[in-house]
Amino acid sequence: MIALNVNGEDRSVDVPEDMPLLWVLRDVIGLTGTKFGCGIAQCGACTVQLDGQPVRSCVLPVASVGTRRVTTVEAIGATAGGKKVQQAWLDLEVIQCGYCQSGQIMSASALLERNPDPSDSDIDAAMSGNICRCGTYTRIRAAIKQAAKA
Amino acid sequence: MKRLGLIILAAAVVIAAAVAVFLFKPASLPDVSVAQAALPTGQALIDRGEYLARAADCVACHTTSGGKPYAGGLAFKLPFGTLYAPNITSDKETGIGDWSDAEFVRALHQGIDRQGHNLYPAFPYAAYARMTTEDALAIKAYLFSLPAVHADAPKNDLIFPFNQRYIMRFWNLLFVPGGALQPTASESAEWNRGAYLVEAMAHCGECHTPRNVFYALDSGKTFAGAELQGWKAYNISSDKRTGIGNWTDEQLFDYLSKGHAEGRGSPTGSMGEAVDYSLRHLTPEDIKAIVAYVKTVPPQVSSDQAIVEAEPATLKASIAYAPSGDAAAQGGLGLKLFQGACASCHGWNGEGLQTPYAALRGSRTVNDPDGTNLIQVILKGAHMTTATGAQAMPAFANAYSNVEIAALGNYVLAHFGGRQSAITPADVAKARTQ
Amino acid sequence: MSKPFSSPKTGPSPQTGASRRAFLQGGGLLLGFALLGAGVKPTLAATDPVAGDVTAAFSPDAFIRIGTDGKITLILPNIEMGQGTHTGEATLIAEELEVGLDQVSVVDAPPNDKLYATAALGGQATGGSTSMRATWESLRKAGATARMMLVAAAAAQWSVPASECGAKLGVVTHQPTGRQLAYGALADAAGKQAVPTDVKLKDPSDFELIGKSLRRVDTAGKVNGAVIYGIDVRVPDMKVATVSACPVLGGTLQDVDEKAARAIPGVRDIVRLPNAVAVIGDHFWAAKKGLEALDITWNDGANAKLGSADIMAALKTASEHKTPIMARKEGDVEGRLKAASKTVEAIYQLPFLAHAPMEPINCVVHVRADECEIWVGTQVPTQAQAGAAQVTGFPLDKIIVHNHLIGGGFGRRLVAESVAQAVAIAKQVSYPVKVIWTREEDIQHDLYRPAYYDRISAGLGPDGLPTVWIDHVAGGSVLGNYIPGGWPDDKLDDDAVEGAVKPPYDLPVIQVDWVRQDPPVPITWWRGVGSTHNVFVVESFMDELADAAGKDPVEYRRALTKNQPRAAGVLELVAEKSGWGTPLPAGSGRGIALHDAFGSYMAAVLEISVSSAGEITLHRAVVAVDCGIAINPNTVEAQIEGGLIFGLSAALYSGITFTNGRVDQSNFHDYRILRNNEAPKIEVYHVKSLESPGGIGETATVSAAPVLANAIFAATGKRLRSLPFDRNQLKSDGADKTSVSMMPPLSVPVLAALATSGETGESEPEAA
Ligand code: FES
Ligand code: FES
Repeated sequence: MIALNVNGEDRSVDVPEDMPLLWVLRDVIGLTGTKFGCGIAQCGACTVQLDGQPVRSCVLPVASVGTRRVTTVEAIGATAGGKKVQQAWLDLEVIQCGYCQSGQIMSASALLERNPDPSDSDIDAAMSGNICRCGTYTRIRAAIKQAAKA
Repeated sequence: MKRLGLIILAAAVVIAAAVAVFLFKPASLPDVSVAQAALPTGQALIDRGEYLARAADCVACHTTSGGKPYAGGLAFKLPFGTLYAPNITSDKETGIGDWSDAEFVRALHQGIDRQGHNLYPAFPYAAYARMTTEDALAIKAYLFSLPAVHADAPKNDLIFPFNQRYIMRFWNLLFVPGGALQPTASESAEWNRGAYLVEAMAHCGECHTPRNVFYALDSGKTFAGAELQGWKAYNISSDKRTGIGNWTDEQLFDYLSKGHAEGRGSPTGSMGEAVDYSLRHLTPEDIKAIVAYVKTVPPQVSSDQAIVEAEPATLKASIAYAPSGDAAAQGGLGLKLFQGACASCHGWNGEGLQTPYAALRGSRTVNDPDGTNLIQVILKGAHMTTATGAQAMPAFANAYSNVEIAALGNYVLAHFGGRQSAITPADVAKARTQ
Repeated sequence: MSKPFSSPKTGPSPQTGASRRAFLQGGGLLLGFALLGAGVKPTLAATDPVAGDVTAAFSPDAFIRIGTDGKITLILPNIEMGQGTHTGEATLIAEELEVGLDQVSVVDAPPNDKLYATAALGGQATGGSTSMRATWESLRKAGATARMMLVAAAAAQWSVPASECGAKLGVVTHQPTGRQLAYGALADAAGKQAVPTDVKLKDPSDFELIGKSLRRVDTAGKVNGAVIYGIDVRVPDMKVATVSACPVLGGTLQDVDEKAARAIPGVRDIVRLPNAVAVIGDHFWAAKKGLEALDITWNDGANAKLGSADIMAALKTASEHKTPIMARKEGDVEGRLKAASKTVEAIYQLPFLAHAPMEPINCVVHVRADECEIWVGTQVPTQAQAGAAQVTGFPLDKIIVHNHLIGGGFGRRLVAESVAQAVAIAKQVSYPVKVIWTREEDIQHDLYRPAYYDRISAGLGPDGLPTVWIDHVAGGSVLGNYIPGGWPDDKLDDDAVEGAVKPPYDLPVIQVDWVRQDPPVPITWWRGVGSTHNVFVVESFMDELADAAGKDPVEYRRALTKNQPRAAGVLELVAEKSGWGTPLPAGSGRGIALHDAFGSYMAAVLEISVSSAGEITLHRAVVAVDCGIAINPNTVEAQIEGGLIFGLSAALYSGITFTNGRVDQSNFHDYRILRNNEAPKIEVYHVKSLESPGGIGETATVSAAPVLANAIFAATGKRLRSLPFDRNQLKSDGADKTSVSMMPPLSVPVLAALATSGETGESEPEAA
């Protein structure tokens, strides 16, 4: 049994230690907002936050999470930054298919959390690990700036 | 005059005959009966053999990526052509299923195959020569307990005269020690165990010791570091600056047994394989013994610049998931690529954002202004089995240009090593062929 | 085959039935579906029940449900995969139904060709940028019909003439008296009204929703993980499978040693298919580890030695020696060629492309004793249903398909072969199974956009303008791959020449033909279908001609669009907005591309710079579009931004190659996608138009490669004719030996400021 704190809730899951957090969230706990895109930390679709830090859950063995608090897109709206990001995403109609956007929102809200006024180069550094196949990049950039001002 | 001529002729004939006998006399077989008698039988023997086969890391060379274990086929690109590791499974046709115990021991100790042909020292028999006959037989028992795989390894492709196997007899005479490594009475049992593991089994020197003009290990430069197949095997002598003299025992222990040491990074390339296939399977006692021995190898100062000096300011100013604002604003192709494909695992402060295995701080690979191993690992990726599952880095060779990989290499060296480097696209092009 | 777009002077009246095919440009894709769905027409019968879906008191047709509680549900025929179709279609209905978008909820239509066929596609399908064009009339008509019935019901209740009543925001008002009734209160009565036959649609000048950038209806649940894509479906007792098909295309499964896989905790079953093996586990991780542990022996089959070079060589040979199928020939081609004062010719090569949508292929299936239930996001629900029926042997009405939002389609989910595979897996077990392909499987077992080898030439007159234009296309037939039973060898596949047959230029003497050379790998449509391929050739070559004539590329196109008002319109707008002709820094260049596809006209200008090492940086894209009436201008802009980036990814990086019958690429590290820090700034400008809406989901993808090729030429003087662009060819001499992207000199003071005294002095970089 592995103990986890997900979105503020303590849980214990009976899974292999090397199982990536992504599949624990999706297939065991049932939080499907976090997406599978590549499985090799190249696309960012699976981004969650561990103590506010964005990580790729597809390559994160669940046993290595430890006591760090896991936040997923389902709960990011409960943080001030997350809420602003979600709102900006809707206001600027960032989203197309939406499949990458859980990860984009998790990366963007982590960025704003540590850097309330990110420059273009800060956005490059924080967001370039998140691929969007629909090509919503220009709007993501604009929405982060709008959320920063909100 | 005529007499003298005859004498010279006679002498020449005698020498020629002696050389001919030396070169072409069928090799004799060692007597292995004493060792056979001393060994356990059944599963106990196989288990011992399995451990030793791991310690000797047979699988690393005798398996291709994606191929069946021990079925051979792996290519060794040498300056004088390409060698292929043979199939050492118990398949009778393509493997070594027909080999007797004595033939197997002779191969390990003398580099001679079943037919009496000389083998090439890409097969590290100069090291295995120091293995006990018992241990050699245990390895054979283990190999023969595995499923036979029918697989022909490709033919060697060597240029003349290196394709003449008999010339190896001269080489053997000069460079192959006779008999198992003998304990040094003045040293501890731990040290002696370490010496045996390092010299006879793990054959560390085969990569880490430079070679002389005869392509044999240069005994005067033990563990001073060398370059082969496009990768650097770093100086692992006890020199404090260019070797591992500054590493703590704990760092060495972790590096060898876990594939990662705090503040030293993780091995990749052949060393990554050595840890993955071999070292991490050894008992903690054996790893400690290796550390004890390696630390006493006399310092060798190498001219190689893969030296970790101090933590660069760029790292200190970064946090795990963001570079310092100034560093980010520098722009450039290398930074751009790092942002996209690398940062989400490695992070920016050298600690490894996703896993300690992605930590780059203190790694020689990101402190080597030549960027030799850095380029290789970007091109070919890395893989390590750890206590919490596999850790892998993808191989970027196929979709990233030489220009991009050179730029990325220079950026990584600057950011993580504080090194001004000058990797060029041509360097990357060359690395691709190695 | 595609007929020219109606003259722009026809004004706002929408096209009618007979010319619909022509109006709905879309080449082979449309034809393919037409052949599959032969003759099925959408109906608006009030009485048709919609099985297994929303029922309500007022169900006037297949699309609208109004309950007595006032709940309005729209059943939308086309699937949402990011392109904004749900919002667009809801807007069409709501406009005439007189409700606000925030008053409705939307659901996907169940599979039903009879009710939900896209007329142009002849079956229930979403693709070819047809959704808005195909439903432009029918959905507005559905809305208007329902509104008239609601108004009639209210009028009857008040005993007043219907003409005195008006509807607004879901409420009918009797204008003289101000009495009001909400739609919910009228639902029962409206259902009993006769269906009106004479339905009049609003004049575009009265539109209140159409043409406004209304908020999308599908996005609220996409910011908090609430939306359920196919891959997110969880049903009771479900297990998860992952699958590996023979890595050599066309190979089969010979043998599997399951021992090691069975020993992995969580592995439940191992299922064999003729060409694949799947492992089913308690969760994806168990399935994946199980799959990795299998020792599989494949029969590589006929493609075991196949390489990309062989495929290209075969295309080249075919192009040079096979007899082509004529797509269009007008004027005295041979004569003009002889008379030309100058001739220009070029060869263009295009690679196979994978779709790689963000959501990997997946499908949940439960095969029970006598029925099969499927949860999947598909562009072709009825095909999914038919495939499942074939695998299970059940009748169609025993196949229940729940369609879901799709995490990116781009054509990949126009094919339902993966649904059939999932059903074949699920058929072998009793419980429901969710099959998820790994990204590697997704990239290596896609159906690819075909590779092409095109020879194009032109003769120029004394004024430098083309007097004759000859385009020889060579490539596989997507239709032939798509239609069961194939496509006749001697018949033109529209898709192959779409975008080549009728460039939006005055080219009176023209020949376009096609040599069919089917590759031994599966192929299908890819975002932008035929046009992405052909417009790259046409627009690159147009630039080559301008260069040969010594003319500015915009000037040259201007001279050739004198009788193409819509093309000229976007060309002028983009030239103006991009500042065409204004100077750029050295090493930079501006390219232009112009085209007409899917009923929309587009011109794009791209500004780039190329470093001495040959690396390309995208700076700014300016796009002018005439897509007729823009139903939702913001969505149009989003599609242009996204489509352009999608196409630029491909032009810069993408190409599927084969070695020994296996796909060389496997995941996003070697099938690269443009990232956030590589995307250019994008500006979109509309040409105001009252034409019927054109397609927009793929239009900008078409522009991407040619506009980049032309920008590269402008920046470097080098013409790249193969995709993806080989940046090696753009290097200046000696660049290989020069270190690239060192920390720039600027970093030295920065580092010095950061350095703590003495500690790092030795390893500090020297000033460069
Ligand atoms: S799924 Fe984790 S980064 Fe792509
Ligand atoms: S919105 Fe579709 S992948 Fe980003």
